[in-house]
Amino acid sequence: MTPARRETLLWVAQRASAAVLALCVVVHLVTVIVAVRGGLSAAEILSRTRGSTGWLAFYSLFVLAVSVHAPIGLRAVALEWLGWRGASRDWTMLAIASALALAGLRAVFAVFL
Amino acid sequence: MARPLTALEVDIWRGDASGAFRRYQVPRRDSQTVLDVVTHVQRHLDATLAYRFACRVGMCGSCAMTVNGVARWTCRTHISKVVLEDRLEIAPLRNLPVIRDLACDMREFFDKGAKAHGRFAPTRTRREDFAAVPPQTPQRRAADAAIECIGCGVCYASCDVVAWNPDYLGPAALNRAWALENDVRDAGRIERLRAVAGDAGCHACHTHLSCTERCPKQLSPTASIAGLKRATALAALKGKL
Repeated sequence: MTPARRETLLWVAQRASAAVLALCVVVHLVTVIVAVRGGLSAAEILSRTRGSTGWLAFYSLFVLAVSVHAPIGLRAVALEWLGWRGASRDWTMLAIASALALAGLRAVFAVFL
Repeated sequence: MARPLTALEVDIWRGDASGAFRRYQVPRRDSQTVLDVVTHVQRHLDATLAYRFACRVGMCGSCAMTVNGVARWTCRTHISKVVLEDRLEIAPLRNLPVIRDLACDMREFFDKGAKAHGRFAPTRTRREDFAAVPPQTPQRRAADAAIECIGCGVCYASCDVVAWNPDYLGPAALNRAWALENDVRDAGRIERLRAVAGDAGCHACHTHLSCTERCPKQLSPTASIAGLKRATALAALKGKL
């Protein structure tokens, strides 16, 4: 893959994940506000999320969008602020993406199972 | 009521990057431009002052300087628009090496224009007829909107991304690339998109809009860069980049 194509596809991935995040963040915040104002207890929330494939799918999508979006942004920050480029930067960002995905999905499954 | 004409206190950068401001007293005149002030200093107060100008009518793009902290074309900037309590501070453009006083080394600015393939790649020879490009087509309108750049460097000096990332091609070079991207006669479009993609090209732009805010020709390099982002994305998704 040419560097031009790689950089452009990364930009597309960041824009696409931003669009997903815009929707996910709104749904998430509304859900939080509704849950808190409704006075739901932790047990009541868990009873709604456990076994719910809808919430599983929604929060999995949210976590994956974060895992794509944040490392690409950090990669640009690393270049602009630290002058860091090359393979070491890309591997580090891949590690951050994996860590975000693992931690996020672990949390999603913790309230699903 | 007309403002009484007085004297201006003008601080002008002298020397190279390690220089300092020197103060001059310049008589205030009607309809006086910043370039008039600099010229007065050079002709009457200090003949060693280095600065650039040519046309004096906003066409050549050679007289841009930093006036009270803002990059401007000095020949078309009236003192009344920028003066702060009879004081002016005139410095060379930012983001470019200072040669001496108000003259910058513009090489890197123009070299980046070449790196962004800012040159027309013809598809016809002189033996063929003129290409008819209807003025109302979307591509022609986009090219027209970007074509009036005079290469003054005001956008380049105003861009934060240029300051952070010295490899960044900058607003003027990318604006030129967008004008040519929309030129239906041009043969070098994919190579140009390759040249302007990536972290030294259009994808580095943070859409701060300083270039668009400061452009003396009221162009929008930001819109041109957004156009390049769309065009490179389409080309990348089609596997052409």
